Amino acid sequence: MTGKKMVNTYLYTRYERFWHWLQTALITILLVTGFEVDGLYTLLGYKMAVEVHNFVGLGWLIAFAFFVFWLLTTGEWKQYVPTTKKMFTVIHYYMLGIFRGDPHPVPKRKEAKHNPLQRIAYLSVAMFLLPVQMISGFLYWSYNSWAAWGLDWLSLPVVAAIHILGAFGVLSFLVGHIYMTTTGHTIFAHIRAMITGWEEIPEGVELEDWEKRRRKGRQAADSEAPSA
Amino acid sequence: MKRLAFFISAWACAATMLLGLAGIPTARAQLEVLDENQAPGRTMAQQATKERQIWITADHSRHAILQNEFKSGPEVTKACLSCHELAAGQFHKTIHWTWLDPNVPAGERIGKAGHSINNFCINLNGNEPRCTSCHAGYGWRDSSFNFNDEAAVDCLVCHEQTGTYKKFPTGAGHPVQTPTVFKGNNKTYNPPDWNKVAQSVGRPTRTNCGTCHFYGGGGDGVKHGDIDSSLAKPNKALDVHMGLDGQDFDCVRCHTTTLHNIAGRTYATPAATSRKSLIEDDLASKIMCESCHSSTPHKPGIKANDHTDKVACQSCHIPEFARVNATKMAWDWSKAGQKKDGKPYAAKGPHGKPSYDSKKGEFRWEKDVKPAYFWFNGAINAITARDTIDPSQPVAINWPAGSRDDENARIFPFKVHEGKQPYDKINKTLLIPKLFGPKGSGAYWAEYDWKKALDKGMQAAGLSFSGEYDFVETSYVFPITHMVAPKENVVACIECHSTEGRLASLAGFYMPGRDDFKTINVFGWILVLGTLVAVTFHGLGRVISSSRKEG
Ligand code: HEM
Repeated sequence: MTGKKMVNTYLYTRYERFWHWLQTALITILLVTGFEVDGLYTLLGYKMAVEVHNFVGLGWLIAFAFFVFWLLTTGEWKQYVPTTKKMFTVIHYYMLGIFRGDPHPVPKRKEAKHNPLQRIAYLSVAMFLLPVQMISGFLYWSYNSWAAWGLDWLSLPVVAAIHILGAFGVLSFLVGHIYMTTTGHTIFAHIRAMITGWEEIPEGVELEDWEKRRRKGRQAADSEAPSA
Repeated sequence: MKRLAFFISAWACAATMLLGLAGIPTARAQLEVLDENQAPGRTMAQQATKERQIWITADHSRHAILQNEFKSGPEVTKACLSCHELAAGQFHKTIHWTWLDPNVPAGERIGKAGHSINNFCINLNGNEPRCTSCHAGYGWRDSSFNFNDEAAVDCLVCHEQTGTYKKFPTGAGHPVQTPTVFKGNNKTYNPPDWNKVAQSVGRPTRTNCGTCHFYGGGGDGVKHGDIDSSLAKPNKALDVHMGLDGQDFDCVRCHTTTLHNIAGRTYATPAATSRKSLIEDDLASKIMCESCHSSTPHKPGIKANDHTDKVACQSCHIPEFARVNATKMAWDWSKAGQKKDGKPYAAKGPHGKPSYDSKKGEFRWEKDVKPAYFWFNGAINAITARDTIDPSQPVAINWPAGSRDDENARIFPFKVHEGKQPYDKINKTLLIPKLFGPKGSGAYWAEYDWKKALDKGMQAAGLSFSGEYDFVETSYVFPITHMVAPKENVVACIECHSTEGRLASLAGFYMPGRDDFKTINVFGWILVLGTLVAVTFHGLGRVISSSRKEG
């Protein structure tokens, strides 16, 4: 696109890709069954929708705990640390540059998979939206135990309202997120990366200091990627 | 020697193995009862009721006193009491005898013999000889009946097993002396073969109880909706407990009895005060589902177990009532009195049931009726003919007690019978008409004059009537608890968890699938569609700009 040479780079490890698609599936199922429970349509049948929703919801909670564990132990969480540096450049790019065919101001690198806008978006989703959804969902599920757990000051309509609000948030995030996957150098470049782990990125882009993972074993981490 | 030892031990081994094999079928049989795939509450109930063998030590057909010649019911009763000295005394204390609520002071006159009212034939007072054909007694012809007369107890109607004992519809509880035709149904009533009937006595069966309770309100299925003649020989599809191909329960299997007092609700007194299972209290009455099934009867992890605190078993397990015979759903007395060619007449409507009768007015019958649902703590409150009403709107004659905030109340199914019946325009009370009686007595069914009938009826009840009457719409509820359907026919979740569902009109609590938050939904869809619109335009922009560059 810009005449710069593209290099095939290994961006996402197997676990990351697995987690990404697992979570996609779980959230999709939760959305589909959740809105059926909400009364929007009939698909699986109410009873089945409830059973699937509760099963998948609880499953997701457990899987998410593993994801958090992975984030913490691998230090990958640092990729979500928010920054305002270049944030406006990125916003500017998506508002104008992208139409002119400009290169992305903060291309992906193994060490910095998320640009500043993504960081803030993913962080708020992972730190706020999803936990809200998980906590409200868990409380909703445990409704019958509230009294035993000393939670009977909670109100079911309030918990349900938060859960539904969260569901809309998740759905609208999904819409935006799916669209954003098409903004790579080809329409399916990002999707391909999340499936195979590999993405073509412009050659010779250096990590800037603020993007770097501050971890000693950086070199070691780099060599994890099989050579192309 | 060694050989012998080997031989013996080999034989012992073989014998043990053979015996072991023989034991397998026994173990299998046990497994069938304790099927692990079956809901635990069902297994519990099966164990609580299995192998019930009734045995008795007396053969009434051999009792000398029952060989005597009898000419009337009271003579038989005296014979019964010659051995069962305490029976009449016990029975006199029960509501089956007094027709008054035993749990409130008699002075309050709560009960059908008192001032309680319904929207069927309204009240007993002034109409005794007709109504008391369903009294387990003899001779309650008017208010002068002697309630202390032991010989007036009718043992036979509840205990005889020939099925031939019939009290005459207008005989104040007596059978006929000579064959007589009842004009109401053109059937001939025969005098009982007293010896045969008396010698047949046993524990009450469904048919005994059904003699009156199937026909409450003067006809099959008029009153209850979940109790009618179809329960005499039901199949399992109609009632899992009473079905002949199921458990074949008699009424008294659940309506357990002490001292002739039969368990069940009486007006504002719930059938049971606590929801205990027999495991928690082996002397608890068996009147609640939980008595045998426990309060978490479904398999562990099944959502229905979470519902049992607020939803009665009946709500899901009785999808419709009146599933075989139709039941009366509405009765409009204001239409009574119309004539054809100057004569009273009757007309048949759907389900082969009467739709009009000059004596009674207009009716609506329905089959396979979906219940109405209300919060219910087991008590039913009611007004009497003494209470003031507001005739500007439909009057609830009785209504289930309980609310969402009442911890003993659960959502429970009901039949709601709508009526239109006379009330006093000046005193603002419901009125009791004298319906039954000969010409000249003022009875409505003889003279078709409301004013006279109401005057006589209120007089018989000892209440005042201003002389001005009109008709007011009323409602009367019956809890639905019989006709429990097989589990395959249970009410599906969506039938309540939906906007137009069975619980659409129960307010005051949030229910997923039924309730929604308007603002959140509007906001949510704006958010989602907004995002969609934004990305669509962004995408279009990219397409256009890139095609421009290329072109
Ligand atoms: C992406 C995540 C999720 C989405 C989009 C979602 C969506 C929804 C929606 C729209 C409803 C209907 C609410 C109503 O109408 O009242 C619902 C109900 C419910 N959700 Fe979720 N949910 C999610 C995660 C979870 C989780 C993690 C749990 C916890 C285990 C959970 C448990 C429940 C429960 C218990 C209900 C009530 C109905 C039922 O018992 O199934 N949800 N959900």
